[in-house]
Amino acid sequence: MNTPGLVLESVACTRGGRTLFEGLDLTLSAGQWLQVRGANGAGKTSLLRLVSGLLPPSAGEVRWRGEPVAGQRDRWCRERLYLGHEAALKDDLDPLENLQSASLLAGWPASRAEARAALTDAGLRGCERTPVRRLSQGQRRRCGLARLLLSRSTPLWVLDEPFNALDADACRWLAERLGEHLQRGGLLVLTSHQSVPLPPPARELQL
Amino acid sequence: MNTLATAADHAAPDAALPGLFDGLRAVFQRDLRIALRRRSDTLAALVFFVLVVSLFPLGVGPEPGLLRTMAPGVVWVAALLACTLPLSRLFADDHADGTLELLLLSPHPLALLVLGKVAAHWVAGVLPLVLVAPVLALQFGLPASAIGVLVASLLLGSPVLSLVGSLGAALTLGLRGGGVLMSLLVLPLLVPVLIFGAGAVQAHLAGLDVVGHFSLLGALLLLALLAAPAVTGAALRIALE
Repeated sequence: MNTPGLVLESVACTRGGRTLFEGLDLTLSAGQWLQVRGANGAGKTSLLRLVSGLLPPSAGEVRWRGEPVAGQRDRWCRERLYLGHEAALKDDLDPLENLQSASLLAGWPASRAEARAALTDAGLRGCERTPVRRLSQGQRRRCGLARLLLSRSTPLWVLDEPFNALDADACRWLAERLGEHLQRGGLLVLTSHQSVPLPPPARELQL
Repeated sequence: MNTLATAADHAAPDAALPGLFDGLRAVFQRDLRIALRRRSDTLAALVFFVLVVSLFPLGVGPEPGLLRTMAPGVVWVAALLACTLPLSRLFADDHADGTLELLLLSPHPLALLVLGKVAAHWVAGVLPLVLVAPVLALQFGLPASAIGVLVASLLLGSPVLSLVGSLGAALTLGLRGGGVLMSLLVLPLLVPVLIFGAGAVQAHLAGLDVVGHFSLLGALLLLALLAAPAVTGAALRIALE
């Protein structure tokens, strides 16, 4: 028995009177990933926000493990991770504090040691106590992505342009983490303007 | 799917005992820490409060009787402005850096997270005002017992200012000129707090009983505590759609 993980059923999205997409059907199962493509303004970010629950669909339904997400908010909030355009960091806090408060809010509290290990793995060794405002764009990005390492047991990852502002090493590092996630049976939805160094996606969506 | 199922099952014991106030505490501690690192914001509100209150004796002239009758109203109006004006930024910074999405995506109840933010704002930004109020009241020649009533009325009333102000901040989030609009929305709603807060001190000066005023302030606080965070949360969801 293989219940599909994420299902979109004739989903539509209208923003500011303009229909971005409608009648969108999609099924994503364990270990599969979806690449969303499209020109600027085509609605890629809107689709990701819709999948993660920040934006209610104007028609249709998003289902998770066979049930509408609206009816299982608590479980749904713990089983999906959304990383948006912004790294979602507080400038006045250091990466360690940022990571710990983000993980507390997401419902999987991380110990100081776990957070420190995640930052080291993300290549931020030595900057754990530097206020985020003094980090470079790429380092901020890495700091945001370190949340992925703390949410290994979260099945669905929804990532908006995760490869932006990363150098070649960091891109390779991120691709490895995403590959591991898929091998664990995780699901992944992402947008990217660059070619993604992963096995070809199970689903591809052109908006 | 098997690996996923085990991962979810593994997480279940934690999920079964979700500390209801964990999210509230996390937001409260985070915001308080940020406020401590940006003391200039807190200090600006405090200096504004002190300046506005100190300008009145200079403008009105040194007539003790007049100053004493004016004192409760002046301190209360200044506290109201100093408390609500910086509130327009309550969610704007979080909105700009993307951390507001963390709150909306969290499995913790949004109303409690909002309450944590408001509590942090009150402790860092409003409590200092209440603490300097007695010193300012001395300028107006208020007797010691009246100063006690003033501080108590501020302690009971100012959380209402923060709670209702947070609602205005959420409703005007992302609008241009949101600060002015927020004041227009929120200040009329705060008139009852002003009347009963300043009224308590005036009643005390007139030798009347103040229990009624404090009961009403307490009722307003309970109402705001119950309703404001939930409504603010709903407004935030709409603002971020």
